[in-house]
Amino acid sequence: MLYREAGQFKSSYAADMAIFPIRQDRVALLLLLAFAYVGVPLLAQFKIWPFGSDYLLRAILIPFLILALGTIGLNILMGYCGQISLGAGAFMAIGAYGAYKFTNGVHLPLAWLGSEISIPPLPVLPSILLGGLMSALVGILFGMPSLRIKGLYLAVATLAAQFFFDWVFIRVKWFTNYTPSGSVTAPELKIFGLTFNTPSERYLFCLVFVSLFALMTKNLVRGNLGRQWMAIRDMDIAAELMGIRPLYAKLSAFAISSFVVGVAGALWAFVYLGAWEPLAFNIDRSFQLLFMVIIGGLGSILGSFLGAAFILILPIMLDQVPHALGIPVTVETVSLLVLIITGALICYLLIVEPLGFARLWSIGKEKLRLWPYPY
Amino acid sequence: MLLAGQVLEVLLGGLLSGVLYSLVALGFVLIFKASGVFNFAQGAMVLLAGLAMVRCLDYLTHHEFPTWAAVLLALLFAAGIMALTAWLVQRFVLGPLVNQDGLTLFMATIGATFVLEGASQMIFGSDVYPLRLFPTDAWIIGDGIFPGGILINKLDVWGGLIAGLLVAGLAVFFQSTKTGRALRAVADDHAAAQSVGIPISWIWFVVWLVAGLVALVAATVWGTKLGVQFSITFLALKALPVLIIGGFTSVPGAIVGGLMVGAGEKLAEIYLGPHIGGGIEYWFAYVLALLVLLVRPQGLFGERIIERI
Amino acid sequence: MKADVEPRPVAGRSSVAPGDVLLSLEHVSLSFGGVKALRDVSFDIRKGEIRAIIGPNGAGKTSMLNVINGFYHPQEGVITFKGKRRHDMRPYLAASQGIARTFQNVALFKGMSTLDNIMTGRTLKMRRGILSHMLHWGPAQREEIRHREAVERIIDFLEIAHIRKVPVGKLPYGLQKRVELGRALAMEPELLLLDEPMAGMNLEEKQDMSRFILTVKDTFDTTIALIEHDMGVVMDLSDRVVVLDYGRKIADGSPAAVQGDQAVIDAYLGVAH
Repeated sequence: MLYREAGQFKSSYAADMAIFPIRQDRVALLLLLAFAYVGVPLLAQFKIWPFGSDYLLRAILIPFLILALGTIGLNILMGYCGQISLGAGAFMAIGAYGAYKFTNGVHLPLAWLGSEISIPPLPVLPSILLGGLMSALVGILFGMPSLRIKGLYLAVATLAAQFFFDWVFIRVKWFTNYTPSGSVTAPELKIFGLTFNTPSERYLFCLVFVSLFALMTKNLVRGNLGRQWMAIRDMDIAAELMGIRPLYAKLSAFAISSFVVGVAGALWAFVYLGAWEPLAFNIDRSFQLLFMVIIGGLGSILGSFLGAAFILILPIMLDQVPHALGIPVTVETVSLLVLIITGALICYLLIVEPLGFARLWSIGKEKLRLWPYPY
Repeated sequence: MLLAGQVLEVLLGGLLSGVLYSLVALGFVLIFKASGVFNFAQGAMVLLAGLAMVRCLDYLTHHEFPTWAAVLLALLFAAGIMALTAWLVQRFVLGPLVNQDGLTLFMATIGATFVLEGASQMIFGSDVYPLRLFPTDAWIIGDGIFPGGILINKLDVWGGLIAGLLVAGLAVFFQSTKTGRALRAVADDHAAAQSVGIPISWIWFVVWLVAGLVALVAATVWGTKLGVQFSITFLALKALPVLIIGGFTSVPGAIVGGLMVGAGEKLAEIYLGPHIGGGIEYWFAYVLALLVLLVRPQGLFGERIIERI
Repeated sequence: MKADVEPRPVAGRSSVAPGDVLLSLEHVSLSFGGVKALRDVSFDIRKGEIRAIIGPNGAGKTSMLNVINGFYHPQEGVITFKGKRRHDMRPYLAASQGIARTFQNVALFKGMSTLDNIMTGRTLKMRRGILSHMLHWGPAQREEIRHREAVERIIDFLEIAHIRKVPVGKLPYGLQKRVELGRALAMEPELLLLDEPMAGMNLEEKQDMSRFILTVKDTFDTTIALIEHDMGVVMDLSDRVVVLDYGRKIADGSPAAVQGDQAVIDAYLGVAH
């Protein structure tokens, strides 16, 4: 009753193809965006609960947005194109270190060519995008084997990327500008003359990035390229018969996915961490993104947000809820519980609903449309 | 002669440690051959087996049991835990997912990995537990031919012997027994195997149990080498390149792959390392596996994958 | 990454006149290891006709289609399509030259809806690049709507409008085969290869499918090669028939002639050699 689409007839294909064909969905989205763009900063400004302190913004909303972006990127590769990747952390690292180098100026002596590449320090925004571009180029490189190698074997290739780049960013001091500790600091976030310093400002910065990228990804995915990716995922031999070139489809998926993940990595380093070392992007990060994709739902933009929210909030809840109830729980127990619950949830979802929370959400909406009738 | 001696020492050390990798890889091959499932949780199973055994052993030793009895009982206890795990995994994870495609099952084993890692540490503790089942000192041989002799680690030799025995046993099992044949049928096609009356649930339980026992053996050797601790689970990640190189379905492949990875790693670290910065061991195995994949996608001994429409 | 570029050449109608040879196979031999799937097979397909390929199981009929498609590469022989002689085909080349196909075991993209499946058939005709798609509103949307209109015409023709948003994995077998036909038609092919389009259908469904096939030949101006076991269908629909047995061609001609051919009868009934 709440949620009928009765009476909403589409009189053009354009209307039928819209991202949110049902009016209630559009309204809900506008409200959400209004709250996100206007409501949250206002509440934070006047320190109204739950934005009384910086905590919600700094420790939850900002990492949520950035990780959701990374999940969207990984989803492009895994959910839409069906290529498994266990190396997302490495691509985040490439984006982060790439952006770092570009903001500090790139000086690459090419002794064997007798010349050098020298780029002056670039402002923050182009550097982040260029970091993403570097990630895309590496993504294409590691995507090339995907023509001969499929499934699990490809997963191993992506693990190779993960371990290799872990090593590169520790050992090759050029990337960290020869700092003795191996950790680097992000520059000030200055875009078009505006500085983004306070948690509120950083939050808005991330929100704009995430909104734009989510929209761009959704557009790609519902168009011809998205269909090509899904065709390759479902049956790549038959796809070739339609005139879909597997090479182009797979490499474009690797490139765009790595670009988005790279940008997420740059944002993670610049906006959330501020200062970081290579460990921030190790295999744990890869698995974190993997779980967000699986739990949220493969092949769903909404799912990327749901999965990111869940994985991020789970340890916090496991920590706060027993405390609120007066039961003492050690940090270690919490981290072990997180392992158990995440693993169990993945098994459960794979059995019951392989398309994750996103599918559960849309099933819930369908039930809402019929409520109070059962079918 | 000094250089030759050095190379030989590194090579031998590498080969022997490679055999230890093969021990872990064998568990993978077993499950993959029998169910077509790539069991990412093998590393976690090594951890669980190791923890169960070492904690029981410590407990029994603390209660004044004679060493041989304590070891035997601890092994039995750990084997029992692995049997329970095999049953639980079969009942709650694999059973409901029978007939799903390989990727779904793989991701389910990733989920199982995390559950096992968390649960084993919650139940048995998350410290480092040293294990003293094998001698850890070394022999020095060939003193006359090579100056200083060649150092051979006794533990590595024990590991090699055990791996050899295990491989022989498994090879016989798969080729000659009825169960072995049934396992290969199940690996090929779950639904077809079920329809000819092969009891899949039982078969999978047996397979996971055997893999669990292989994990226990690996845990005894690796636990002595490193101590039983969480980082043992990363062995699973090291075993992956071994499997790629050897082929997922080949027991001899696991051995050869392990040898290549072990020897290759050590040699690369000593001789390539100084030129490009140390720590090559971290990724060498993976890059080697990647190169093998590009040339021979099914691994050196694996079966060719033929796709038909 | 592709930006907006000049339009690619689209598979257009060739200059082959109706009645002329569209595709010809000369002395094609194909083997896998020791198994000889096709031995020295030669026949042709004329533009505008319905050519049936029949024969007992294992005769090499599907292998024949796979060779025409470019999935298998024959060891010997020449394939001539629209006047160009080649030693083998490649799938992309076949598709861009105007060959489309359905499969014995339906090869639909199970994760997508009917509509999306058929839309993938329009891939070759879509020219807008990645940047356009990212923006969506503007050129990419207009192109999408244009192709959507073409696809909806096919959906109406095949009477599957009521299931256009249903994920194809959920559809019954008969409807899946229809969707697959739709996907092949979306490519606007010159040559349509149908691998057992009537398999697993009841009488009504077979009548519907026959109707569709005939309309495709007449209205869509498409030449059809079809593998079929139902002799009634073969006799009614086809203009000429070629019979394979153990990889060899044993008969080639009109349906009536082939039906009476002793070698064909022997092959189907099984005669002691």
